[in-house]
Amino acid sequence: MDLFYLAISATFVNNILLAQYLGNCPFLGVSKKLETALGMAVAVVFVTVMAAIFTWAVFTFVLVPYNLEFLQTLSFILIIASLVQLVEIIIKKQSRMLYNALGVYLPLITTNCAVMGVALLVAKKEYNFLEMLVFSSTSAVGYGLALILFAGIRERLVISAVPKSLQGTSIALITAGIMALAFIGFQGMA
Amino acid sequence: MVTPVILLVGIAFVSAIILGLAGRIFYVEEDPRIEAVTDMLPGANCGGCGQAGCSSAAEAMVKGEIEVNSCVVGGTETAEVIGAYLGYDVSGSEPTLACTTCEGGYRAARKFDYSGLQDCRAALQLYHGFLRCENGCLGLGSCMRACKFSAITMSEETGLPVFDPERCVGCGKCVDACPKGIVKLVGETTKILHWNQYTQCLSPCRQRCPAQLNIPKYLGHARRGEYAAALATIKDNNPLVTATGRVCPELCATECRREIKDDPLAINAIKRFLSDWERDSGERITASVAADTGKRVAVVGGGPSGLSAAYYLRRLGHQVDIFEQMEKLGGMPLYGIPDYRLSEEQYQWDIEGVLELGVTAHTGVKLGEDFTIRSLKALGFDSVYLALGCWSGRMLPFEGKELIGNYSGIDYLRRFHTDEDIIEGKHFIIIGAGNVAMDCARSALRTGAESVNLLFRFSRDLMEANAHEIIDAENEGVNMHCLVSPMKFVGENGRLTGIQVQDVTLKENPGGLPDCIPVEGTVRVIPCDTVIQAVGQGADLDAIVEADGLGKTRFSTVEANDETLETNIPGVFAGGDCFSGPRLMIEAIAAGRYAARSIHYSMTEGKIPPIEDLQREMIAPSLVDSLAGVSPISTAAIKPMIPVEERIGTFQEVEGTITEEQCRTEATRCLNCGIYCYDQDTLGDTDILASTSCPNEPHIVEKAEEKVAA
Repeated sequence: MDLFYLAISATFVNNILLAQYLGNCPFLGVSKKLETALGMAVAVVFVTVMAAIFTWAVFTFVLVPYNLEFLQTLSFILIIASLVQLVEIIIKKQSRMLYNALGVYLPLITTNCAVMGVALLVAKKEYNFLEMLVFSSTSAVGYGLALILFAGIRERLVISAVPKSLQGTSIALITAGIMALAFIGFQGMA
Repeated sequence: MVTPVILLVGIAFVSAIILGLAGRIFYVEEDPRIEAVTDMLPGANCGGCGQAGCSSAAEAMVKGEIEVNSCVVGGTETAEVIGAYLGYDVSGSEPTLACTTCEGGYRAARKFDYSGLQDCRAALQLYHGFLRCENGCLGLGSCMRACKFSAITMSEETGLPVFDPERCVGCGKCVDACPKGIVKLVGETTKILHWNQYTQCLSPCRQRCPAQLNIPKYLGHARRGEYAAALATIKDNNPLVTATGRVCPELCATECRREIKDDPLAINAIKRFLSDWERDSGERITASVAADTGKRVAVVGGGPSGLSAAYYLRRLGHQVDIFEQMEKLGGMPLYGIPDYRLSEEQYQWDIEGVLELGVTAHTGVKLGEDFTIRSLKALGFDSVYLALGCWSGRMLPFEGKELIGNYSGIDYLRRFHTDEDIIEGKHFIIIGAGNVAMDCARSALRTGAESVNLLFRFSRDLMEANAHEIIDAENEGVNMHCLVSPMKFVGENGRLTGIQVQDVTLKENPGGLPDCIPVEGTVRVIPCDTVIQAVGQGADLDAIVEADGLGKTRFSTVEANDETLETNIPGVFAGGDCFSGPRLMIEAIAAGRYAARSIHYSMTEGKIPPIEDLQREMIAPSLVDSLAGVSPISTAAIKPMIPVEERIGTFQEVEGTITEEQCRTEATRCLNCGIYCYDQDTLGDTDILASTSCPNEPHIVEKAEEKVAA
């Protein structure tokens, strides 16, 4: 049951994008089209889980035993960056189809704070392996959900009468703010 | 203190080794330009360009999917660096410019008053837009707002978008924004390869013209005095402007909606003015030629069809050689049309226009005698286009056909343009009533004939020649004898002295020409010393069929696929008269461009895609039978003609060219039609905008059955 609460909390209540405001660059950058947002969402889920597994392993088996927890940020950056590069290189060669669908979003995620954030939160909350898996995957799903919802709204924004001064990024940020307010409605659920 | 350093260095080292190895093991061959462009980009991976990261943006730039100035972070500087880098590599790229295919604007009728969001996509959600015309422009300017380069403005006058070619970069943002698919990116290649489709908004004249000239567009240019642009528009579909400007029978004008109110537009008179304007200026409107494709095409036959095919194939970037059996290029219009209609010098201007693009011509060589299709292939030609024409004149198989003084029409006309002696006589009999017959009759009058009698088996209304040719011939003194059938040729000492004829009456024959019933007791001999038979032409294919195994139909034309014009020999195409039988010059020109399309696709892509919704028949809703809100203005573009007395004895040009003023006034009469819409002079902008019923409504009604059939 705890795992279920964890999942609900990570997806909705503590939505990494709208409640914690992590990973904003692609949230604004790749949310102009529903199709692109969908691809990005899948890529985020994939990379977040991979990154969480590796950073969790390094954290639990290297950093903690040697009392080097203060190095987590530095080492996580290194690990995530190389991991994403590696994954990109491999799928580019192995599956051109998967690369075309996913690969193009990978460079965007290399420096994504949401991925980093999940890794750091896992470390901070000292989750075990199972909890780590559930937390990272549902956080990423929450990210994807918010991104796709947002893209849907932005597609409509394009053809809406927006005052000139608010057009473009500003209306997008306002929308994001209102969405965040809406997501607060989930609080108390878990 | 040492442990953290060792740890981090260790992680970095391990990662570096793994990545380095992975990079080697999983190396993928890529366009080196992509990497180079990636390096030129700022590497922010911001996604602001709409692409997922800088490397995919670079890939898209190299492929030409997005513009080099798409990078928001890099700005103009980056764009210039990348542009300079890619600019030299994408050689021969043609400018593609946006344009709209709708001419409707405020003229299109409203279904209801729309006051919602001023955006085409939003408006389209409501009952599929507020315009009665399904394909018409909604005019709310979504394309204008989509354009990042301010290249689009909405015209106050028409409500249609206007594209600034100077600013348009061909990015296609407007194409994506237009929900009706009216905005298109058009490059020269697209224009050459395009054929009318039922899904397009085509004015009736455009539907009727075999070569599919964009008539309203060039008339619009002519109206505004933009003669060069008008000519360029014509040359998109017809490279032989001077010749067609003089001899085209104007099928387009037969469909002109003006005819309902007053006179059809004098479309060809305007074309003639434009061609003379260019020729008089001595400076040719140049056409773009695409980058060399390395493919070679042999065009056999230097007539209209061959020249047209050569012109468009060359513009598509292929190497073209023309092989012509006669000493001069030009084909039938040069050898078969007398100087008083089209002189060699005038036609030469068109021919030079084709050759100046870089087409090589070999004259005086005949397929089947001097070379074969096989030898052309051996010379390295990838494709062959057979535009052989119909050069053998048919002769009636009557008694006395071998008598001296009996010639075919082509034989007679050809001699005016070759070194052979001109056929002279005092009393001419011309058999036939097509344009060739008229040409022969009128030429005979000019070479000193005392009498010229024209015999035609059927009634006058069945004469095939253009109406004004018949009238001109009669005015000049040709005697027309309709319903007279030749029986045999009479002669003395091997020379022709007369022709025995008989009157006939006609009996209706459903589905064909009427039967001729001889009238008893009307057999008589008309004395004459020369008979010119203009009773049909055929292609002489025997030598080619024998040498190369070319397929031949029972009508002695080349057998080829209707859709692609490909013959039974792969890579060999046929078109023009030798495929269709003797037809109009403009049809041969159209066949040339059609063949150019097939040849281009077969050489570059290996297969010829069929044309979807190819327009063949007139589009029924566009055939209106009344015009509302149009006041009649009679044509003032009557071509000047020299008096009959001056014509006899010389081959001086009979018709003159209209003046510039006449051209512009005439072009103003054009209603600029679409399928449903046309310019109306009584309705102001606001009238239609506010009107609740469709002002075009009565005219959307299709013509009555029998009229459509006719």
